[in-house]
Amino acid sequence: MMTFKKKTTVALSLIAAMTAGTVFAAPPALPKDGSWGPGAGDANFDAMMQSGFQNKGIATTDRLKQDPTQKLCSNPVLAESPKTAALREKLQAENEASIKYPSDGKWMGDWKNGEKIAQSGRGLTWTDKAGEANGGNCYNCHQISKQELSYGTIGPSLYNYGKLRGNSEEIMKYTWGKIYNAKATNVCSLMPRAGSMGIMTEAQIRDLMALLLDPESPVNK
Amino acid sequence: MRSQHIKASLLAVATVLTVSAQAQQDSTTAGIEAYREALQDGNPADLYVDSGAEIWKKKAGPKEASLEKCDLGLGAGKVKGAYAQLPRYFKDTNKVQDLESRLLTCMEKLQGVDTAPIIKAGFNSPQKADLVALSAYVSSESKGMKVKVSMAHPKERQMYDLGRRLFYYEAGPYDFACATCHGQDGKRIRLQDLPYIPSAEGAAKGWTTWPAYRVSSGQMWSMQWRINDCFRQQRFPEPIYASDVTVAISSFMAGNSNGSVMQTPGIKR
Repeated sequence: MMTFKKKTTVALSLIAAMTAGTVFAAPPALPKDGSWGPGAGDANFDAMMQSGFQNKGIATTDRLKQDPTQKLCSNPVLAESPKTAALREKLQAENEASIKYPSDGKWMGDWKNGEKIAQSGRGLTWTDKAGEANGGNCYNCHQISKQELSYGTIGPSLYNYGKLRGNSEEIMKYTWGKIYNAKATNVCSLMPRAGSMGIMTEAQIRDLMALLLDPESPVNK
Repeated sequence: MRSQHIKASLLAVATVLTVSAQAQQDSTTAGIEAYREALQDGNPADLYVDSGAEIWKKKAGPKEASLEKCDLGLGAGKVKGAYAQLPRYFKDTNKVQDLESRLLTCMEKLQGVDTAPIIKAGFNSPQKADLVALSAYVSSESKGMKVKVSMAHPKERQMYDLGRRLFYYEAGPYDFACATCHGQDGKRIRLQDLPYIPSAEGAAKGWTTWPAYRVSSGQMWSMQWRINDCFRQQRFPEPIYASDVTVAISSFMAGNSNGSVMQTPGIKR
């Protein structure tokens, strides 16, 4: 019965695809050894990158230089291979070591400011100016307060973040670390390293902490 | 007649936009689908198609020649279906070229135009406007045709492989790669659905719908322009117009889209 159903479904979707005129050929698979194909080795790739980009505004070509974390995470095969397990641990530890916790021990600022920062997607593109405050880009990827319906889904929902976890010292430290450098806990996390890369100031991180953890924040209502 | 029709369609679009803004909960997809439908007979991109067709025939440059003998891969002057097979390898330049880099070659060779200032100019400049219109025109001549991008020549396969490597290349202050946003299926930024480019279906969502008219900015964007703005948001330096970087990423998208149907020029949010 199962087989029959499966077969029918496959046949039906094939017919559907054919009538729609869309039969997709599968794209070529990535080599399993972490290489990129004979023409796309380091020398050719680097030459293409060096000749293909130019400085514009604050976005200069030195941004193309990778740190070891970026380098590992740029290879989807090697980034998950057992061969790089030790390297991943080492890089995670290095990212963790770059986290600076608040010097005065004050974890939380103003959640209202935090909401503004979370809303703003500005910062560090070639159309942004040097010295301007960067936005947190948070809603681009996360649900945060329930009032904001326009949120992205690349990251997990943070609604009720503090309500679910409380605001013990341990949770404060963990959350600060996540915002400051998400790659300290997950080396190929897709989240920017807001503190370590100088995207957010300490004061801005405090405000984001309040947005997530202050019982008065709409996130926890 | 045509522009009146387009004006009426734009009004319909504005109405749809207002309504959908109120109703929007999970996705803009429904709204976009609705205005795509409203615009089916009157995509403002058609105006660019018309002006691109004129530019194609117009004598220009020191050689006082038109682009009518330009070889886009199917032979001199053959435009029908050419876009669906680009990027491809060209013997005369010994390079893999996308539409816009190939148009530059034709401008140099047929018209004697110095293309360096065009490459340097911003996308809003008059120098680039001709290329945007030409890309609308040439892409429209492949509408309804299947993407058929060759990887048979070693340089074509190489360009695809370089593009794939670039897709995963993470760098800059935000640690972003193309893959950060386009490396998973079913995700979105704010309310904008993100195509999963490594899949055939996802790549086709992007590749077969650009160049496109963007309702939000009232601009016609070529594929090069679309790619340029992706890198801006990635916090990368600027990709040089028609450079191998831009051709490589196009080859990756086009190669993944093989078999899907061109819907160019498209219409976007």
